[in-house]
Formats: sequence, structure tokens, C-alpha cells
Amino acid sequence: MIPFDLTYHRPSSISEAVQLFEQIQKQGKTPLYYNGGTEIITLSRLNLVFADAVIDIKHIPECRVLDRKQNELTLGAALSLTTIEEANPFPLLAKAASEVADHTARNQITLGGNVCGQIFYRETVLPLLLADCDVVIAGKSGLRQHSIHEVFDQHIRLEPGEFLVQIKVDPIYTTMPHIHIKRRKQGNVGYPLVTVSMIKKERDLRVAFSGVCPFPFRSQAVEEQLNARHLPIETRIVRALQQLPEPILDDVEGSAEYRLFVLKNILTDMLIALEEG
Amino acid sequence: MIRAPKCEMTLMVNGEKHSIVARQADTLLFVLRNYLGLTGSKPGCLNGDCGACTVLIDGTPIKSCMILAIETIGKSITTIEGLHDAPIQRAFVEQFAFQCGYCTPGFIMNAHALTEHRPDADDETIRKWLESNICRCTSYREIEQAVKSVLAEGQKQE
Repeated sequence: MIPFDLTYHRPSSISEAVQLFEQIQKQGKTPLYYNGGTEIITLSRLNLVFADAVIDIKHIPECRVLDRKQNELTLGAALSLTTIEEANPFPLLAKAASEVADHTARNQITLGGNVCGQIFYRETVLPLLLADCDVVIAGKSGLRQHSIHEVFDQHIRLEPGEFLVQIKVDPIYTTMPHIHIKRRKQGNVGYPLVTVSMIKKERDLRVAFSGVCPFPFRSQAVEEQLNARHLPIETRIVRALQQLPEPILDDVEGSAEYRLFVLKNILTDMLIALEEG
Repeated sequence: MIRAPKCEMTLMVNGEKHSIVARQADTLLFVLRNYLGLTGSKPGCLNGDCGACTVLIDGTPIKSCMILAIETIGKSITTIEGLHDAPIQRAFVEQFAFQCGYCTPGFIMNAHALTEHRPDADDETIRKWLESNICRCTSYREIEQAVKSVLAEGQKQE
């Protein structure tokens, strides 16, 4: 039960959505773009999210695109995670998507909702960071396309009134050797203790993390240490973990020491598999 | 809590049109139970975790506590009351796939969708789908057997 009232809007175009947002805001009210809606409903119950109006972008055709062209894969922000899992246009992303929440929840959770979410795991962003994808963002001045690295730093940086429309991936990244490992404290459903995504581009490894710090990230400094092949794997991992952007999380999901232990083991397994494979 | 704004919405539930006036912030679960008297979908965690409130929307299992009723306008909603002697219902009885029964409607809706959409589901697929629901009496083994018995029956008939 959402403990406050709101109005629900279902625009059928990008411009209509953006105009609605502006109009509602001009009335002194708080609009929110609404995709799968699961996080908004969940956090509303806890009074962690408030909105006077929600603008459902699921019915905007551009947000529902799943288009595989020879030189570009386009994924709409309103695609559900099970749609991505079943269509499997980018196996590493499909794997990451398939590990979020549970199957029924993934029928509703969208790619855009997961990437832009307030809950900090946002695990589908890991493959997108590794693939240097582009993001298409809608706002007052129309559509803009940027590298994900320009707009995603710990979380997506959108201007007021903007929303994520699409993600564009270079298909070369969809066929690279990869591994995605999510370790939970217990069970097969739920938030991670640690999640790591890795791809091998030619000889270089790229790696992105969730559950290690209170935000998902990919770090050039970490990758440089992991790719120092003249050193033994164990040394490379120790040095890489000295480059983390923040101290390791220490919370109810797991202590920092335990996370570090799990992380070292995951990285060892990944390096062995991708370098020898 | 301020009780506005409400609006009229027409929902297609179990093949019948229902026009109601409800809050735009009301979840589908709330509307099903409190406006339409369809109490088969159960409130459990109300947080999208337990699956007791699972219904089908255009044939896809969805947790009705995690979707606004107003979002489902124009879609076809099926609740446990809309299933009539479906193979999975019989299988739950035959396999003793419940104890207290509270989670059963949600499990049945999810399992029904699984048997309809994935008649060739392997063990891994069955496990993945059933992870969406929680049974505190731990009837998991029997529930899995119920699903497998329906799938086996369907494969026999092909």
C-alpha cells in the first residue's frame, strides 16, 4: 500500500512524457518517471520515496525496442529483465539480469529501472560499463546520446525531467568471453554479498563490481593491476583490491572481511578461467 | 492519510469487466481483495518477496502487491478464482503440495503459467520459476513434484 496519493499518467511518446513532467513540476508537485514500478512501490511503503504523480514510460515505443542490427544492439529502457533473459541479445547482460530478484519479479523489473534504481546494487549496469555502451536520454531539449561513462558515476546522473530511453551496445562486446558471478549470503534469490562481471577483450580483462562498495563501479586502476600479467595472479588480485574506490562494505549482508575473502576467491576463479580459457 | 485522488477504472478480471472507483495509488492486490472481493490472492510480505499475491496479467505471472491497479487497465487479469480445475490444481491435491495453504494460490498461478508457457521446462527452469514464491511450511518438494507431474502428463499426450 502506497501511503500517499498520486496521479498516474501514461504518455505514449517521449515528448508527451517530458512535457507532463514539466507541467506537473510547474504546479509545485513532485513527478517521478515510472517504469516497472517495483522499487517505487517498495520504497514508498517505507516512506523512502514520495511522488505526487508517476509518469509511466513503459508504453513509449522507443523504450520498448529490442533491435539487433549488424553494428548496433539497441535495448529499450522498459524491456523487462525476463525479456532480455529470454531474447539473450547480449549473453553477459542476460546472465546479470537473470540473477536480479526472482523470476516473477523480473517479469516486471525493467532494464532502465534497474540501471536508474535507488537501491544501490544495480547489477545490470555491470555489463554495460564493460561494453562501453551508449545511453540515450530524453529531456526538455530532446534526445541526447552519451557514453555510459559520461553519465554513470556510482549512479546515473540525469538532469531534472530527464529519463533513460535506450541503451546502445556495440555487438562486438556481445560475443566476448565473459563470466558473471553473484554470491549471496544464503539462497539463490536476493541481494548480493558480492557480484563481479568480467569480459576479456583481446588480451585485456575488464571487470565491474556490485556489492563491494555502496555503488556499482568499473575501475581503470583495478583493471591495470589485474592485467599486470608479469605478476602472479595472487599478487595482481591483492594489488587490484588496494585500488578499490572506497572501503569494502560492512553491513548486514556481510562483513568487510568476509566480502574480501569471497571477492579474492571470485577473482582468482575468473582470472584462471579467462586467461587460461 | 489523504483520500484523493480517486478515479474510475475498468479492469478485466477473470474474463469479466469490473468498473470501480479507486485510488490511483492502490495496488492491484488491494483492489482485487477490497473492491472486487477476490480474496484468493494473498497479502504476505507486501514487498514483492513472497509471491503469495501472484496473479497472471496477459498470462504472465506478476506480484499483484507490486503493480498499481491502474496500470492493468486494458490487460487481462487472472486470479486463482479464474482457474477452474486446471491440471496444476489437481496436481497440488494429488501430490499433497501444501500444508497451511496460505501460499498456495500464488504458487498455483506461477506454476500454471510455467506449465502453459514452458511445457518442456527442465529442472533448472522449474527451479528458477519456483524461486519466486515462498512456502513457510516448506512443501517445496511436493510443489516441484506437482509441476513435474503436469509437465509429464502434457508430454505424454503429445
